[in-house]
Order: sequence, then structure tokens, then C-alpha cells
Amino acid sequence: MSAPTLDRPAAPDERALQEHFDATIAADKRIEPRDWMPEGYRTGLIRQIAQHAHSEIIGMQPEGDWLLAAPSLRRKAILLAKVQDEAGHGMYLYSAAETLGADRADLTDKLIERKQKYSSIFNYPTLTFADVGVIGWLVDGAAICNQVPLCRSSYGPYARAMIRVCKEESFHQRQGFELLMTMMRGTEAQRAMVQDAVDRWWWPSLMMFGPPDVDSPNSAQSMAWGVKRHGNDELRQRFVDMTVPQAAVLGVTLPDPELALDPATGRYRFGPIDWSELKAVIAGNGPCNDERIARRRAARDGNAWVTEAATVYAAKRTQEHAS
Amino acid sequence: MSTDLTAEGGHGAVPTGAEVPVEPQASTTRRDWPLYEVFVRGKRGLNHVHVGSLHAPDDEMAVHAARDLYTRRNEGVSIWVVRAADITASSPDEKDPMFAPSGDKVYRHPTFYDIPEDVPHM
Repeated sequence: MSAPTLDRPAAPDERALQEHFDATIAADKRIEPRDWMPEGYRTGLIRQIAQHAHSEIIGMQPEGDWLLAAPSLRRKAILLAKVQDEAGHGMYLYSAAETLGADRADLTDKLIERKQKYSSIFNYPTLTFADVGVIGWLVDGAAICNQVPLCRSSYGPYARAMIRVCKEESFHQRQGFELLMTMMRGTEAQRAMVQDAVDRWWWPSLMMFGPPDVDSPNSAQSMAWGVKRHGNDELRQRFVDMTVPQAAVLGVTLPDPELALDPATGRYRFGPIDWSELKAVIAGNGPCNDERIARRRAARDGNAWVTEAATVYAAKRTQEHAS
Repeated sequence: MSTDLTAEGGHGAVPTGAEVPVEPQASTTRRDWPLYEVFVRGKRGLNHVHVGSLHAPDDEMAVHAARDLYTRRNEGVSIWVVRAADITASSPDEKDPMFAPSGDKVYRHPTFYDIPEDVPHM
């Protein structure tokens, strides 16, 4: 967007700009794209929004694997709508990242070249159709815990994208829970399938919230800037407290013998998380890392001719209009 | 952990430390289409409101993409798209001198005028 053409006073010095930025944050007002912002705020936001966008895009794959094998037309239509939503969420977020000077095609390149990451959770395989339900219930449930506070993020375009995402995420969680309830009312084999999926997804879901706050050095700055609103541990605890009663309704067992209500706090205590697993998955050694990136690369490269053809066609039509 | 992880990237914790690059690289194989800003009229009686942006090869495709991206659940009855490059904008900064002249014209607001409480319908 172009700068206003009116005469402007000499640019105020950086200190005045910083003070104005700080005052905007302190007043809990939103920072908008053309505002001055500290370089760390801008680059930190691009990293966060880009990895979020990448997660949505890669997140289409585990569930997309079941589109052709969904057990009924109803389930297929629901799953298709959900996977389409994930694509939409990715696009809203790339759109927000671009307001900070990032370039959408370049972000995709950085994902494919593994310079930028996506959520560890999407490096696990979906072995049965019950996984589709458990992803909706646990993975999207955890995402909601993360995302609802982001609707108040200090960066306007990110917060607005998140409001849109959160509205749709609620459908994702509910369809997953309903799918699981249906299976739990089915045969013994179906119930076993649900329990098996819960056993596999529970701990990776808890890891989604990141390492304990003491091991998360940049969090304090993110909190001060209003980019991040709650610590990793608090969000994880909220998720556990929310999920335990839901598991009881379903009739599944969460795979943690130490899980117990703490009567003093009214919150659930849970067992230690194996952080070496998260580390390994993020380092690229999860069950599906290579497969996910390979498929994203194939989509980019295999569809390049469509992009080029549409560009040439648009240019030709513009020429025809001009002549 | 060797790098910072944020939990608030939506679907979970991934590295967001300084070693993750953010600046666009110069590329000779840029495949992307021009950027369009999208405006949606939520329902009859409301203005079109900016909802986001997308890339499309031309105006017509931009409208189709906007339909799929921003109105999957009846969020709109009408869509406008415009190339981002064609928008001329003021700065949204509240300190922008463009908006300063209206700050001291309080007489433009109804609350500037003291009217006795017992004057009806005012």
C-alpha cells in the first residue's frame, strides 16, 4: 500500500515511536500493519503466524488420508468440510503474515525446505477411523485452548484471523466427539479402536502445549507484547481439566495412571511428559515427518503448471481488453 | 530445549527461535499471483467489510477464491475484491497528522452543546 502523499513532519526518532508502541500495548489496543513496531515483535510474529499457518496446511494430511475411506457419505461430507476448513485457516494466517512483510510463496518454500516448522502433532499417523474422531476431540480441543486467547493477540490481523478460526474450530471438536460417541455405542471392536486411538494421541496432545514455562525463554517477551496471553503450563492444565470429564462421558480411559483430581485446587494432576519424544519429533524424527513434507512438496511442484497457466491466461485476457 | 517453543501457534508447540528465518528470499522462480484484498457484505443492510486477502491470477478468479475462502458458512451476500497494489491508504496510526485536525473540533459532536434536561425530544 502506498504512503499518504500529504506533507508529513520529519520522522520522529525511534524512541518516540517505541513509546507510542508501548503505550498502545499498555492500553490493550491493537497494533495494525502500517504501525511502527519493534523488529523483534515483527519477526517473532512472522515466525509464530507462519508456523501456525503451516500447521493448518500440513494438518490436512492426517485426516485427509481418510477421505476416501470414510464409512458413510455423512462422515465423508463432514470430513471434507473439516479438511477444507483447515486449508481456509492456513490461508487466513498466511494473509495475516503477509501484512508483516512476509511473502506467501516464500513461506511455503521455507516450510518445504524445513527452515520453518509446523506442529509436532501432525507427524503422527492416523491408523484407524477412530483417529479422525480423536483428532477432532483431543487435537482440536488442545488447539482451541491455545487459540481462544489468541483472539486477543495485540496484533490486529492475527487476532481477527483467530476469531474466524475459533468459530470454525468448535465444529471440528464437536464432530470428533460425536463420531467417538457413535463408535462407543457400537461393537466391542469399535470401542477398542477408540481406546487405542486415545492411548496413542493423549500424550502427543499434551506435548502440543510446549515445554514447561521454565524451559521457554522467549515467552516472557511474548507475554509483555501481548502476543502470547498465557503460559504453556497453564494452557496444558486447562486442557486436562476440560478433557477428563469428557473422557468419562465417552467411557474411555486416559492412559495416565497418575491422573487424579487434586481436591485442594480442584484441578487434575497428571504424570510426567516424555519431552525427549517432542524433541525428536520436532527435530524431524517423528513417524511421518518425511511423508508430510514430501506430499506438500509434490503438491507445490505438481500444481505449478496450473499456477503458470492461469497467470498466462490472465495476462492474455488483459492484453485482449487493452487492444 | 535448544530453541524456544511457543504453545500459542494454534495447533501446538513448534520452534519460534531466532534461528528460524522470516525474511523473503530473492527468488527467480516466484510462482505467486497478485495479492487481492477481500471485502464481504455480511447481510443486506450492512456495509462491505474487509475480511482478509488472497492471491489470484485475475479479478474473476479472485472472486471465486474469496467465495470459497471467506463464505463457506453463509457469511456473506456480496463480495468485493481489489488488488492490494491499487489501494491508496492513509496510515492507521492514530498520531497520523491526517487525523489531527478533527481532534480539536469538539463542536462537531452533539455532546458539545448544553441543553436543559427538560427540553423534550432532544
